[in-house]
Amino acid sequence: MSAVSETREQALAGYNFAYLDEQTKRMIRRAILKAVAIPGYQVPFASREMPMPYGWGTGGVQVTAAVLGPDDVLKVIDQGADDTTNAVSIRQFFERTAGVATTTRTAEATVIQTRHRIPEATLRAGQVLVFQVPIPEPLRFLEPRETETRRLHALAEYGLMHVKLYEDIARHGHIATTYAYPVEVSGRYVMDPSPTPKFDNPKMDDCAALQLFGAGRERRIYAVPPHTRVRSLDFADHPFEVQRFDRPCALCGAADSYLDEVVLDDRGRRLFVCSDTDHCATRRAEGHVGPGEEEAAP
Amino acid sequence: MPAMNAAPEAIPPAIPPAVPGTIPAAIPLGFAEPSLDSQRVFRAVLEALARPGQPQRLAGLADAPRPLTPELAAIALALADHEAPLWLDARLAAAPDVAAFLRFHTGAPVVTDPAAAAFALVADPADCPPPEAFAEGTPEDPDRSTTLVLAVGHLTEGIGMTLAGPGIPGRVRLGAGPLPADFAARLRRNAAGFPLGLDHLLAAPGLVAGLPRSTRLVAEG
Amino acid sequence: MYVAVKGGEAAIANAHRLLAHERRGDPSVPELGLDQIGEQMSLLVARVMTEGSLYDPGLAALAIKQARGDVVEAVFLLRACRTTLPRFGAAEPIDTGAMRVRRRVSAIFKDLPGGQVLGPTFDYTHRLLDFTLAAGLPPPPPAEAPVETPVETLANGARMPRVASLLGEEGLIESGGTDDPDAPVPDLTREPVSYPADRALRLQALARGDEGFVLALGYSTQRGFGRTHPFAGEIRHGEVALEFTPEELGFPVPLGRVAVTECEMVNQFHGSAERPPQFTRGYGLAFGQSERKAMAMALVDRALRAEELGEETSAPAQDQEFVLSHCDSLQATGFVEHLKLPHHVDFQAELVLLRRLRAEHAARYAAREAATGAASDDAAEPFQEAAE
Repeated sequence: MSAVSETREQALAGYNFAYLDEQTKRMIRRAILKAVAIPGYQVPFASREMPMPYGWGTGGVQVTAAVLGPDDVLKVIDQGADDTTNAVSIRQFFERTAGVATTTRTAEATVIQTRHRIPEATLRAGQVLVFQVPIPEPLRFLEPRETETRRLHALAEYGLMHVKLYEDIARHGHIATTYAYPVEVSGRYVMDPSPTPKFDNPKMDDCAALQLFGAGRERRIYAVPPHTRVRSLDFADHPFEVQRFDRPCALCGAADSYLDEVVLDDRGRRLFVCSDTDHCATRRAEGHVGPGEEEAAP
Repeated sequence: MPAMNAAPEAIPPAIPPAVPGTIPAAIPLGFAEPSLDSQRVFRAVLEALARPGQPQRLAGLADAPRPLTPELAAIALALADHEAPLWLDARLAAAPDVAAFLRFHTGAPVVTDPAAAAFALVADPADCPPPEAFAEGTPEDPDRSTTLVLAVGHLTEGIGMTLAGPGIPGRVRLGAGPLPADFAARLRRNAAGFPLGLDHLLAAPGLVAGLPRSTRLVAEG
Repeated sequence: MYVAVKGGEAAIANAHRLLAHERRGDPSVPELGLDQIGEQMSLLVARVMTEGSLYDPGLAALAIKQARGDVVEAVFLLRACRTTLPRFGAAEPIDTGAMRVRRRVSAIFKDLPGGQVLGPTFDYTHRLLDFTLAAGLPPPPPAEAPVETPVETLANGARMPRVASLLGEEGLIESGGTDDPDAPVPDLTREPVSYPADRALRLQALARGDEGFVLALGYSTQRGFGRTHPFAGEIRHGEVALEFTPEELGFPVPLGRVAVTECEMVNQFHGSAERPPQFTRGYGLAFGQSERKAMAMALVDRALRAEELGEETSAPAQDQEFVLSHCDSLQATGFVEHLKLPHHVDFQAELVLLRRLRAEHAARYAAREAATGAASDDAAEPFQEAAE
């Protein structure tokens, strides 16, 4: 382990641990604690200007930097994959500034920073899932004013959201929201789960891991404690349902994972593979095999 | 990013260099490794509030001036600063070393109005002011509320109060003492007033348990 | 067999190397020095310092060089550096009345104490490309000041009083502000903005705000979207002393001088039952010579005071939540440009739904065709029958 501790020495020599100064970390930590105490409520925090652009995960990075310790094992995913460019870049950032161990294995990670997915593997107690959030306010596209949306949350007045979802049903026969699907947390606050596909919403409910959400540009932190009721909004005659794929992963054969559609050529050939690269690799290592490439659609 | 590399060297000490005779030599040391120790204390507190009623290990600051307990001191040093004022209960306020220690290590204002405090340190829970004396937040900003840190003699799982709510799979039981005589009523007030309310940390030797405002006391049986 | 693309560390490192190469350009052309940027692109340096909220011409020049001349990227570099710098406290308010003036014009008086000082300005240049610059010829020497410059010292000792103070002596214009000068200075980089934001915070946001955005908003007020009837009371540019009072000394010590541009707009009078009619003010301040920014800022500042002054608020420039949430170029560029990050998981979710909706639509259409035949298409809304 000398290589790891040497990395840490180097990291600590140039930067404060995990980049942020101690005062900033304390400020973020206090916001996180209030977020945990008031599940689903968006705590304003004094988001700092980070050395990466807004939109690239500055909120998630600040939350991770405030949470991370030298004994943590960090995993970073974007679109479910560890090898997407921004996931690689953020992982490198923490390797450099915190010298922490990193992994691509969901089961081995203690802190997982994610953009747009929740891992397929069931998370466990002791893990912290940190979401990067672009627009934390679930009511924002119905009411653009912060002054107004804060009032609506204070009154637990969520009729607007139900009207919006019901208009979808009237128009399309379905609720047309497919990602960033609003949830109600512990029977009180309506919350934006970040732009994860609604496929992932059920994983948030009664999850054993702690879920933290960081929105840097919008300066909000919110949280879902472990084992908390997270209900996707729906109607008695139109119950919430997740996306289903009519085929398994071409590589590992998983029939219950979220799939990426890969365009192979301009003649309609498509490949559907797991979006969660660790899930797919783990299954293949266990001997699972998918059907491979399919013929072009007629 | 050369400027970032250079920055730590340029940072002056947070507290001006000691003018001989102004800083009592008696102020005990704080964290040995402030960055890493603060992170460890924070994670213990985070786990405690995320898993209410389920005590977490917490390394206290052995040198804290009594009656400030090592655990109260560790929590204060990890989380308080000039933006997060501290309030001290009567027992702590009666010991000038305590305020001097906290001011020196955190830079936090020590306030006399409990409602102005981000953290209230309570060494004598039996003498804790009533909940309405502290900040319980507002409907639009429920987070602007005091966190009470109570020093208790023991924390025991599996006996005592039966608790439910976010962070608790089913129900848990937590025994703790001493607590304010009306502690059950305080928890009921939290439940009735949610999302307004007070978040509690109970700190016993080597342990911390959280009772955030979202935690409900359930009837036993 | 299909192998997924990997955005590995090597690809990122290679992209950074290529970027550095592109930044340098043709190596046979001499490398740009920071002194050259500082001296010859001083307005760009001023803008980057203003929007970067950091007065450091050297670092701003470095940021401009590193950013290949991209203003927003340079502002980003400066801000990311600024955020790591230690804070000693807030300086004393600068006294622009004591400015060492290089340029000073007022549009509301033909002449005034201290005079009109044209200074270095593009205002009356004919915008003809100057090919002597392409040839690298040196400019003619600047005109020398007359040997006997009459220095009129006014009663209060000031050599060049601000126009607002001249109007203020008659009570014709509102006083400079009712804010408590000893109140803590708000800092939107250290605390989250909550609405309504006070004027100090709004001015801070506008000063950091993107020049193009603030300019367009100011312009919109002139075209009737929140009209404020402005007159350019005064625009002055020059150097002012910066002082700081250390806690342990208790008196101000000079830190140096900074170049700023200040604009005071004088706006249509306003009165109420309690207050006699008076001119109102809009204020702009920017680092270096940044007249466009200072003027636009003053227009928007005044527009944002509409509510305070009891005016109807209906225009974008009067809406502080709209202005403050959207004026920052880093926030704007980050959120716009983040669309180039992968979003295929969400897009897949939309694809799945769209294919399903189309299939259902086709099925309904086929069923209706079969039931009604070619006759009497009753033009029913196909989606209305969609419940499943």
